[in-house]
Amino acid sequence: MSIASTQKRGFGAILWDYLTTVDHKKIGNMYIAAGAFFFILGGLEALIIRIQLVKPENDFISAGLYNEMITMHGTTMIFFAATPLLIGLMNAIMPLQIGARDVAFPFLNSLGFWLFLAGGLLMNCSWFLGGAPDAGWTAYAPLSVVSPGHGTDFYVMGLQLSGAGTLMGGINFLVTIVTMRAPGMTYMRMPLFTWTTFIASVLILFAFPALTVGLFLLMFDRMFGSAFFDIALGGNSIIWQHLFWIFGHPEVYILILPAFGMFSEILPVFSKKRLFGYTSMVFATILIAFLGFMVWAHHMFTVGLGPTANAIFSVATMAIAVPTGIKIFNWLATMWGGSIKINSAMLWTLAFIPSFTIGGMTGVMVAISTADYQYHDTYFVIAHFHYVIVGGVVFGILAGLTYWWPKLFGKVLNETLGKIAFWLFFIGFHLTFFIQHFLGLMGMPRRYWVFLEGQGLDTGNLISTIGAFLMAIGSVVFVYNVIITSIKGEKAPADPWGDGRTLEWSIPSPPPEYNFKQLPLVRGLDPLWIEKMEGNNKMTPAEPLDDIHMPNGSILPFIMTIGFTIASFGFIYQVDHSAWLIAVFGGMAIALGTMLARSLKDDDGYHIHKEDLEKEVD
Amino acid sequence: MLRWMGKFKALIMLGIVTLVLTACGKENLTALDPKGYGAEKSMDLMILSTVIMAAVFIVVMLIFTVVIIRFRRKKGQEDFIPKQVEGNHTLEIVWTAIPIILVFILAVPTVMSVFDLADEADASSSINIEVTGNQYWWHFDYAGEEIQTSQDLYIPVNEKVYLDINSTDVIHSFWVPTISGKMDANPENTNTMFIEAYEEGVYWGKCAEFCGPSHSLMDFKIVVVSQEEYDQWVEDMQNVDPEVQVEDAVAQEGQELFEANNCMGCHAIGSSPVAVGPNLTNFANRTTLAGVEDLTKENIVSWLLDPEAMKPGNKMTGNYPELTEDEAGSIAEYLMQLSHSDITPESASN
Amino acid sequence: MSQEHSLNPENLPKDPAKATLEGRNKFLGLWFFLGGETVLFASLFATYLALRNSTAGGPSSQDLFGLELVFIMTILLLTSSLTSVYAIYQMKNYNFKKMQLWFGITAILGLGFLGFEIYEFYHYITDYGFTFRSSAFGSAFYTLVGFHGGHVVFGLSWLIAIMVRNAKRGLTLQNAPKFNTWALYWHFIDVVWVFIFTVVYLMGMVS
Repeated sequence: MSIASTQKRGFGAILWDYLTTVDHKKIGNMYIAAGAFFFILGGLEALIIRIQLVKPENDFISAGLYNEMITMHGTTMIFFAATPLLIGLMNAIMPLQIGARDVAFPFLNSLGFWLFLAGGLLMNCSWFLGGAPDAGWTAYAPLSVVSPGHGTDFYVMGLQLSGAGTLMGGINFLVTIVTMRAPGMTYMRMPLFTWTTFIASVLILFAFPALTVGLFLLMFDRMFGSAFFDIALGGNSIIWQHLFWIFGHPEVYILILPAFGMFSEILPVFSKKRLFGYTSMVFATILIAFLGFMVWAHHMFTVGLGPTANAIFSVATMAIAVPTGIKIFNWLATMWGGSIKINSAMLWTLAFIPSFTIGGMTGVMVAISTADYQYHDTYFVIAHFHYVIVGGVVFGILAGLTYWWPKLFGKVLNETLGKIAFWLFFIGFHLTFFIQHFLGLMGMPRRYWVFLEGQGLDTGNLISTIGAFLMAIGSVVFVYNVIITSIKGEKAPADPWGDGRTLEWSIPSPPPEYNFKQLPLVRGLDPLWIEKMEGNNKMTPAEPLDDIHMPNGSILPFIMTIGFTIASFGFIYQVDHSAWLIAVFGGMAIALGTMLARSLKDDDGYHIHKEDLEKEVD
Repeated sequence: MLRWMGKFKALIMLGIVTLVLTACGKENLTALDPKGYGAEKSMDLMILSTVIMAAVFIVVMLIFTVVIIRFRRKKGQEDFIPKQVEGNHTLEIVWTAIPIILVFILAVPTVMSVFDLADEADASSSINIEVTGNQYWWHFDYAGEEIQTSQDLYIPVNEKVYLDINSTDVIHSFWVPTISGKMDANPENTNTMFIEAYEEGVYWGKCAEFCGPSHSLMDFKIVVVSQEEYDQWVEDMQNVDPEVQVEDAVAQEGQELFEANNCMGCHAIGSSPVAVGPNLTNFANRTTLAGVEDLTKENIVSWLLDPEAMKPGNKMTGNYPELTEDEAGSIAEYLMQLSHSDITPESASN
Repeated sequence: MSQEHSLNPENLPKDPAKATLEGRNKFLGLWFFLGGETVLFASLFATYLALRNSTAGGPSSQDLFGLELVFIMTILLLTSSLTSVYAIYQMKNYNFKKMQLWFGITAILGLGFLGFEIYEFYHYITDYGFTFRSSAFGSAFYTLVGFHGGHVVFGLSWLIAIMVRNAKRGLTLQNAPKFNTWALYWHFIDVVWVFIFTVVYLMGMVS
């Protein structure tokens, strides 16, 4: 178990390494890779949607296929692209920011990743097995219950698997942040990205179980004949909407808060200035998360909940504008008086501010219940949440990837290509979605396979489609940048930006598997910056050089995931033939057996010895 | 500086294009030109919120622009270390307090209008219509009037009309943007909403809750006529006799086929409560066929021969005897004779 | 580093379950997990409350529930929670044998609870024809109570596995946290049952 790894290894060895790894950085990278794959997949689905809507009464794809496209686009982007890309960054960066050697539960971390990946792949298998889910990403009952074929079953099982994985990730981050901060890293010295990871994990913890229950009810109705949503037997389909949105609204904050965190890291570094109003930023984050749990019914203003509920949820939703506004102004104030360097990471961040402000404002507009009677389920809402999710989350992910790329992979992304990608994507984004506000108000509901001729919707849709293609080209340039950088890019130093403020920039790029040779002593917010200002240029160690305890890799999470996946197929197909119950029980036996094996076998890990550490150069 | 202006020109152009497009919303479909009580209420709040939001956006953009221009790192400033400001209590309180005030300004009229639009005090003294969403058509049952119709909803102008909205299958949503905001049609309960149209005319209605493959083809119309015309229409509808023989020979053959194939099993003519499929009373005066197609004999024939091609996932496909093209032609001829009132969509437009 | 040898009280920490970072992490992790479980059961309770009168002409809660059986079940589960407290107390005293004994009693009480629950379901199905598919009420009842029962099954399997596995090894710094987290999990199951007893059975018999 020496850390002196050989330079050239066979493909099999690398594969085995990744299948068994419990290293948070490798798992983070796998999350990012898988998330990028699903992002491209979801993007292709978006393009197909936009081609279908390029002109009135188009017949590029059939109505049924179109519904599969919109369902898979939404589900893929939310659950299998945005969430894992963020969790990947959290995984790779957060432990570095708090000065930890790994997360609290490395084994669980690996299991979480494999479950997410299995869920995503399982759902996409439906394309080849008789049709994808077609009841929308929200899968409203009873439409989702009566939806023919197995599409919705794949939706249920895929989300159940990946949801379990995400929940594990959330718990893992929480415990890591509570117990594994380096000496001196108090809560109010944690970088904002770590803070938002913490709060987003709290949201994951309390939001995902509601979805889990909703999916169980849907699964039982579809597969085992229960009557939760069967009106004839006294069922009530509104229950699904409540459960879905009790999960679904916090999910928006699970996505946007880490993005806020990333912008709060990038702005200070490239303005050479401390984050303005750190304390109020932290409390605004907590307040947004808290309010985020009591506004779910604003997705249901037209359901007929009555004026009292509508009024309460309207006002509660508007209140979220206050902490969000605090954040926007704090970011502006951070730059004020600073020395702003505009590179591609900063471009994404700067573009985020106006884009997200528009999204936030239309958010207040749709919060007005009376006005929402018009906005609801139209392209206005589509425009609104794409401004939030693309203008906020995707810009954040791309900014964060550009910013941390050298830390993750040891090479700085090409600046020119980065800027080209940015401008294409940025212009394409506004072309695509700005006009959709008006399309909605002009009478175009969402999820429309065709719009009719002569209803004044032609030009707007055409512009929107053109914008979508610009975004696609921008994404291609970004991917090309990644490829060209990994081939030709030069090796990055520990602090490639020169102005790094937080702990991750004090260790080599990419970091060694143990992260910190000696845990650093943290003396304040922006610990590395403090040391730089005092002329130290590196962290003071908090402990003498000693053996480092590391967890062993394990193939068990992968096997366990395979077991659950087999069982999922069994659940889906046992409706057709009871022989599939063998898959259910067999798969569960594999999964539970592995769990038992894990529980019975003590895993003491191994130690990297002091002598080997001394040989390593910084 | 000039280069920078160039970018701005592009933005201004985009704004102008947008404005032109805004004005282009189709009359009696767009929500931006409200002609009904609910739509006006929504519009008022849209305008109020847009004004407030635009003001905030301008302030943010002003600061943003100043920051980027003034504090951008210039050549020779690479080693400059700005003052590390922790925060500023006064400023932070200001930008917490102002949004709270703005939210309050928005919240008060919102709450008032929400309760105003849900007020059902005069429901019993008004016209009540039961609206039922089906995959993929709308049924209207005029409570107490013994009138059943589908797809085209006739109401009098400047009169509050209460709609009791529900569904027989999945969730739909009743939306006529120019007259009022939407209300969901749920299968487990009935939602009540009132509408009041201020101008005569034919208004487009859309299903706004995803309901399956033909969700985008589930359009309907509201035909708003004068009070006299409405009274006349009600009287005409109450006197529909489904048994009456049509005169034209081809149409007569169609009527026989209609009866022989038991079309009435699903499609009622007159006030029969059968509503498995759309009620065909006054069919010849419909604005459209199947919600979206022109009402022509050719289109009816195409529908009868292959409904799936017009409305994917509809419930008629495969549930009626196969027809030859001639038979379909005769039935179409018969249906085109089903004009039960002189009050037509055209009367609303005059 | 004599981790394979069982602990003795002279040279070891006050609380073996929280002596290591792994032990503390596990305990905290389980607490967080139970936070998520709370939302899970809250959602199931909400669903049940929304559907408990939707009997669709089938048997209602008043027709079905009898207090005696549920009362015995409640006593069994509450007692098992208490005995698990004794077990943890013995663990902190480094008395491994007594710990195993108390956990053994806990397992037997848990099995007893499970037996009665299976009998209860069997009774509803055969005597009343009240199944998972009878009505929305039936679906909600079996799902809520069944989820709890599933947790009991999982908890018992987990307990028996770690008891058997460690029977010969004695208490170590690796397995002490496992017993400790198990006990926390078991208390949670107990608390959920108290709510089920109140919301499902007591309220079901009154209204």
